[in-house]
Amino acid sequence: MQRHLISAADLTRDDAVLILDTAEEMARVADRPIKKLPTLRGRTVVNLFFEDSTRTRISFEAAEKRLSADVINFTAKGSSVSKGESLKDTAQTLEAMGVDAVVIRHGASGAPYRLATSGWIDAAVINAGDGTHQHPTQALLDAFTMRRRLVGRDAGLGQDLAGKRITLVGDILHSRVARSNVDLLHTLGAEVTLVAPPTLVPVGVESWPCEVSYDLDRTLSKSDAVMLLRVQRERMNAAFFPTEREYSRRYGLDGDRMAKMPEHAIVMHPGPMVRGMEITAEVADSERCTAIEQVTNGVSIRMAVLYLLLGGNEPAATHPRTEEK
Amino acid sequence: MSKILIRGAKVLGGEPQDVLIDGDTIAEVGSGLSAEGAEVVEADGKVLLPGLVDLHTHLREPGREDSETVLTGTRAAASGGYTAVFAMANTFPVADTAGVVEQVYRLGQEHGYCDVQPIGAVTVGLEGKKLAELGAMHESAAGVTVFSDDGKCVDDAVIMRRALEYVKAFGGVVAQHAQEPRLTEGAQMNEGVVSAELGLGGWPAVAEESIIARDVLLAEHVGSRVHICHLSTAGSVEIVRWAKSRGIDVTAEVTPHHLLLTDELVRSYNPVYKVNPPLRTERDVLALREALADGTIDIVATDHAPHPHEDKDCEWAAAAMGMVGLETALSVVQRTMVETGLLDWAGVADRMSLKPAAIGGAKGHGRPVSAGEPANLTLVDTAYRGEVDPAGFASRSRNTPYEGRELPGRVTHTWLRGRATLVDGKLA
Repeated sequence: MQRHLISAADLTRDDAVLILDTAEEMARVADRPIKKLPTLRGRTVVNLFFEDSTRTRISFEAAEKRLSADVINFTAKGSSVSKGESLKDTAQTLEAMGVDAVVIRHGASGAPYRLATSGWIDAAVINAGDGTHQHPTQALLDAFTMRRRLVGRDAGLGQDLAGKRITLVGDILHSRVARSNVDLLHTLGAEVTLVAPPTLVPVGVESWPCEVSYDLDRTLSKSDAVMLLRVQRERMNAAFFPTEREYSRRYGLDGDRMAKMPEHAIVMHPGPMVRGMEITAEVADSERCTAIEQVTNGVSIRMAVLYLLLGGNEPAATHPRTEEK
Repeated sequence: MSKILIRGAKVLGGEPQDVLIDGDTIAEVGSGLSAEGAEVVEADGKVLLPGLVDLHTHLREPGREDSETVLTGTRAAASGGYTAVFAMANTFPVADTAGVVEQVYRLGQEHGYCDVQPIGAVTVGLEGKKLAELGAMHESAAGVTVFSDDGKCVDDAVIMRRALEYVKAFGGVVAQHAQEPRLTEGAQMNEGVVSAELGLGGWPAVAEESIIARDVLLAEHVGSRVHICHLSTAGSVEIVRWAKSRGIDVTAEVTPHHLLLTDELVRSYNPVYKVNPPLRTERDVLALREALADGTIDIVATDHAPHPHEDKDCEWAAAAMGMVGLETALSVVQRTMVETGLLDWAGVADRMSLKPAAIGGAKGHGRPVSAGEPANLTLVDTAYRGEVDPAGFASRSRNTPYEGRELPGRVTHTWLRGRATLVDGKLA
């Protein structure tokens, strides 16, 4: 494992399988009456959120607390620049307070990479979503959910997703979830197909390890999982598609379309869902939809990542302080 | 003024010769010239070029003296072998009146490191709506002949047409920053394979090419000349080549960084590589080099764009666009054009001195190295190899993409009208 988790593309197959297997261990903790491990006792993790994201922050916070870490939440609305303080100064200020890991969500693509590689701070950096770049823990929790449902909870241990056919539908262009999933699913041996109107597929997608289709109906019968990505209503004002209605007619998943999927196939959504847009209520509330499971699995995955990156329960005092450099 | 004898210099890269400067003029060029009464500079096989001329420099004064001033910018220019720079209009206030251009012009004259020829804004406040007083700027002491809204595109076709027509009255030229604004909203880097992976907003080649295509056709229609700033794509080269073959009066510039660097560097998310127009692909780089060699692209211009450290020591999206370039331009051209066999030193003199001076109408600059010409000269140690160290820059800013990179060549001497502005690599 690397010291930071910045991009799903940085993970090898063995890294990824180790995280998924570790997350299964962590999931067992959640089944206990006392959902807590002493692993990160004395370690401090800061959740540095420059972008509003209640669900991701709460998920990380739950994971950190279940591992007994001390948690600091830092929320800055808008960009660091609009606040007047730079990302560098904010990060250095927090590290000066003795932080072992920084979980960062930022609107600018590459901000976590800058934080990890610019020599600004020494702490481990975990990317909790940066701009339209990456959201690696989301991809991991999605892969975890797929492995459980398509391979099996116990049967899946040590396994990847070889041969599984995964379809991602929606706003690929603006989606960090799509980028992370394409990278990770490819590493895990799955076959990925992206489905979107051509306006929402990035120029340059030809270098990605996946197929691209503009036709949802033709891919459904060949999918073991269909993941719907949120489509923001504002996009139609920028002429990415004509109307909400037309989008949902061509690319939304309703009951009729779901019926074309193989019986074992699942429907996934990273949330928040826009019901009536990319997904109908009938599908969202069906047994086949794993949206809620994904949330639960997110905590296990984030516990696994924190555990593996921070390397168990070393006392905080051995962590090199900035002034010793 | 005294005499200076430059002994054994390869004039334009040719056989070693002696060059005698008397006062502000080249008195004699030949072999075995007498050193009597002259200070001798042993060139020892270094290459002597006419003083370089930069048609595209941001000096930042007035308004952003924290990043550069006329003084620090012209010192950087002298260090890089330049004897004249054209100062872009996007200052605060904008150089859209005779008052501002005269101030910048006079500061250049007072400091004396390098002639500063202000460029006037095409439109008031660079807003693209209303023509600035182009005639007044031309008639001012600054004698402006080049007009540009650089940093912004004159995207309104009617305003562009009128500007092209209007400046004909006094032989002016409009230098266009070709960037279709709607196609580049939120643009952060070249749109392509790398932007798709990095999730950074794309700046598509077509946003540049469509404006260049429109503007060469406008220039043809109204019988004006047009200059294209920092051309960056293979497609733009094709359009300019086509326009020239049709007899359209178009000239174009390329920056050193677009001759060397590609968008692969953006993978580092290091904003030192953030620039407008953005770094393109290897294919574009090779097309630009070829076009500069065959004359489709007329000149090298630096687009020297100083920014304070904090505007680059941040996340990519928050960073300013631009790179300093005056002090590394010649080295990059040596690496990309001379060492590749695409240009000889006479070709470099043509693309970095003669042609830019001709396009901008810089009097006394871009002249041949021969008797009777103004002594605007630069001496280059082309055998030198060294890593770029921004700590040694004369510019107030350090935002170079070449830090730590080994580049060939070093300017050792620069003379502005016979007066040394750089001696043995040190500013006079």
